[in-house]
Amino acid sequence: MNTRASSPTPLRNETLFQLLAVLGLVVLPHATHLPPWLTALVFSLGAWRWVAARQGLRLPVTWLRVPLTLLTLSAVFAHYGTLLGRDSGAALLIAMLGLKLLEVRETRDVYVVAFLGYFLIIIHFLFTQSMLMVAYMLVIVTLLTTVLIDLNRGRPTPLPVNLRLAGSLVGYALPLTLVLFVLFPRINGPLWGMPNDAYSGMTGLSDEMAPGRISQLSLSDAVAFRASFDDTLPLPQQRYWRGPVFTVTDGEGWRSGRRRDTAAIQSPSYRYFGKPLHYSVIVEPHNRAWLFALDLPASVPPASQITGDFQLLANQPLRERRRYDMTSYPDYRTGPLSDEERQRNLQLPAAGNPRARALAASWRRDTNSPLEIVQTALRMYREQHFVYTLSPPLIREEFVDGFLFDTRKGFCEHYAGSFAFLMRAAGIPARVVTGYQGGELNEIGNYLIVRQRDAHAWTEVWQDGVGWSRVDPTAAVAPERIERGIAPGLQGEGTAVRFEWTRDQLFNQVWRGLRHGWDALNTRWNQWVLGFDMQHQTQLLSRLSLAGFSWQTVATALMTLTGTVLALLVLRRLDAERRGGDPVTRLYQHFCKKLARRGLHRTVNEGPDDFAQRVSRARPDLARQIRSISALYIALRYGGHDPRLQLTRLRREVRAFRP
Amino acid sequence: MKSAIAAFGQPLWIRLGLNRFFPHAVPRGQQVTLDRRRIYALPTRYGILFAVMLFVMLLGSINYNNSLGFLLTFLLASMGLLSILYTYRNIARLTLSGGRAVPAFAGGVVRFVVQVHNDDRLPRSAIQLAVKNGEAVLNDFAAQDTVLVELRVPALKRGRLALGRITVSTVFPLGLVRAWSYADLEMHCLVYPQAGPYRPPPLTRRQDQGQHPGGNPGPDDFLGFRPYQAGDSIRHVHWKALARALPMLTKQFAASESPELWLEWSALPALDSEARLRQLCRWVLDAHRGGRAYGLRLPGLEIAPNQGEGHQQRCLEALALYQEARR
Repeated sequence: MNTRASSPTPLRNETLFQLLAVLGLVVLPHATHLPPWLTALVFSLGAWRWVAARQGLRLPVTWLRVPLTLLTLSAVFAHYGTLLGRDSGAALLIAMLGLKLLEVRETRDVYVVAFLGYFLIIIHFLFTQSMLMVAYMLVIVTLLTTVLIDLNRGRPTPLPVNLRLAGSLVGYALPLTLVLFVLFPRINGPLWGMPNDAYSGMTGLSDEMAPGRISQLSLSDAVAFRASFDDTLPLPQQRYWRGPVFTVTDGEGWRSGRRRDTAAIQSPSYRYFGKPLHYSVIVEPHNRAWLFALDLPASVPPASQITGDFQLLANQPLRERRRYDMTSYPDYRTGPLSDEERQRNLQLPAAGNPRARALAASWRRDTNSPLEIVQTALRMYREQHFVYTLSPPLIREEFVDGFLFDTRKGFCEHYAGSFAFLMRAAGIPARVVTGYQGGELNEIGNYLIVRQRDAHAWTEVWQDGVGWSRVDPTAAVAPERIERGIAPGLQGEGTAVRFEWTRDQLFNQVWRGLRHGWDALNTRWNQWVLGFDMQHQTQLLSRLSLAGFSWQTVATALMTLTGTVLALLVLRRLDAERRGGDPVTRLYQHFCKKLARRGLHRTVNEGPDDFAQRVSRARPDLARQIRSISALYIALRYGGHDPRLQLTRLRREVRAFRP
Repeated sequence: MKSAIAAFGQPLWIRLGLNRFFPHAVPRGQQVTLDRRRIYALPTRYGILFAVMLFVMLLGSINYNNSLGFLLTFLLASMGLLSILYTYRNIARLTLSGGRAVPAFAGGVVRFVVQVHNDDRLPRSAIQLAVKNGEAVLNDFAAQDTVLVELRVPALKRGRLALGRITVSTVFPLGLVRAWSYADLEMHCLVYPQAGPYRPPPLTRRQDQGQHPGGNPGPDDFLGFRPYQAGDSIRHVHWKALARALPMLTKQFAASESPELWLEWSALPALDSEARLRQLCRWVLDAHRGGRAYGLRLPGLEIAPNQGEGHQQRCLEALALYQEARR
């Protein structure tokens, strides 16, 4: 028993320290995309606030804070060139958080800062949504909630007590969270325009092929897409994943001949032979329209189309993961070429690269057979000491000439570009195809992982009777590229490319196993958690035989379910506490409740004996029973009788008691 | 049938059971348990800010189709909803009962002691008890514990001061929701009139005896002992005798025998009634401090001369409640 006077609850230092520590954890992962000076600034502001609280220093006054705020804002603006957008928005929020720390004085400020902390977690999800982030989120939410709990306690409380309460709050909230996650009606976004940099982190092929573009990708381990095959895997030399096709060249770079909006998409004519390959592809978002398929695609996924040069194009740029089923035929023959198409595929700049043109003309003079010309060209690449390298020397002008006759060092885009140039100069219709080549088999999930470093460029030439056929000049120079793929990690400057290790190394095998297990797990995560959208929801609900119900119905059902879950939790919690204490107390409380229903309440400080006497006077008809029950209770509670025997009696009597 | 007619006489909102939504339906009694039906909950301004933040998060998640964004939004929303329960549970089934009340003079502070009992196994935290003019905070409150809370209420004017409706509220644990309930323990306390300025006490009736009216008896005027009577000043108890296990004796002084001092309403014709009461209060205090016997005469009320704590209290009470009902 104690008496306490009223007092306001000022912000305690322990609360502030906890808040600062948790905010450090909130900001830390953001350091990967923030400019280093901002990270340093925010951490030093937090450290300063810590010291200020410890030493009892005065907080800076307004005339100091305002210029500091303006200075920081202009620095963020100067760094990003804008204040709108994902990156600068995140930086702005973090800068504001750091500055806000300078004026954290009272309860209100802690709420503002803690809510900002919650908000920064979601901002971080715009950068990464890996599985580990969920664990991170749960930890941070629990810790921030601990701070709020500590804030609302009137006096210092041991951290574990607050942590346990926060943990139970998060734990109880999880089932409800999952219900909401699965059932909350999803709308297909976006609701408003996305900032331009929202997808800037996405890597992938570009819409033109300039020297150096693909070799940049070759350093990236990022996954481009995954493909799982229904029965047989394609052979390594068949794993050409067709992407953007380029027909227009300026002698150096290549680009797509037609703008998409003016493209007359024709249905290509072709014939297939042999067994088809059935597979499904889960492509990572790359902010472009193209979808990837093995040569030669024979089906068109929904919400997409196929162009005359066998490119699959989605109707919308891929801004989220997409899964589609495909059928391809490795053996095919395409139909005749229209005049317009022939002309487009023979296009060359009016002038330039005279040596290459002369070489092609000399081949043309020697033979009339396109096949022979192709083989002559490939023989040249193979026999004249061409080197396959990620960092080729810079060629300033006359790109094809410079490469073919001077440097002879290049990456696949050099080979594909120069080869197509030579073919066109020799009068053979040719074009450059970019995409991916290869893929790593994940034995655990039984699918091929194709990474950005598998990006590749090759050519197609057209011959009478055969149609378009693939020619890969890179294979002539570096056949290992096609068989094994480029090894991950750093590639030496100007040196020949190192290829993927062979599989007989034990360490390598174990490492691969781990990597593949993780990737298989991630794939499921991507498919079922991150990719959970309106389509998935409809699919899932229809599987639960809710099909045909409008989302309003589903939302109502959701509300009912949520309400039920909440009500159950309430009852559970209340019951758990009512049933508190030992069975003896519980039975006695039950007895008191029966009397209370007849208007005989036991007061807080009334002993069981006093109560029994008072109640017996009020109800002489029950006096005997009341005395017996009270005596039993007193004996069990305070006496040393055989508890088991007496307890049964007490239970029987309380049950039989009907006032 | 009878009850049906009785029910018909009640206002509609009571018949429909809506009265529990009205804060005026305050449970009264010496002991009040805050039960489920009388606990109200509404978001605090931080709760509203939190909801606005969740809405922005939801819009962001939809716009960016960000699954983990949805997950975080729903997690925080669920926690916010659950915190209503936690907050509600923090005050539910607390039992309040009235304790002592310490009277005060007008202008002072009355202290009401309220006993709060936590009957179940759930420890409670940060509960606020507030009345119209005062509040107290109950910090940590263990399971199955009883705590005495002192509510200090300024005594503004003399008379009977009702503690009034106590608002028991809490925002614990997250501060997003405030749950509250009312209890009226029907506690009252007296507020004596504020003591007026010093004024020489009135002359006694028996002036003919030639005694100086305000003469203070000194220790020399000690007369002897008489058996202790309830109401005798503790200062006059013969403690040494008590220590020797003799019956309680009261020392008698000459002043006790001196002519009684009558404190009279009619002696202050120049003042208005409240000022008279303040002056009488002052005289009562002075006379008591002086250890004299005194009597009090108010219109329609007379308290015979006597002395001691009990007597003083009776006089002060009479002053506090003088024409209380009419005010």
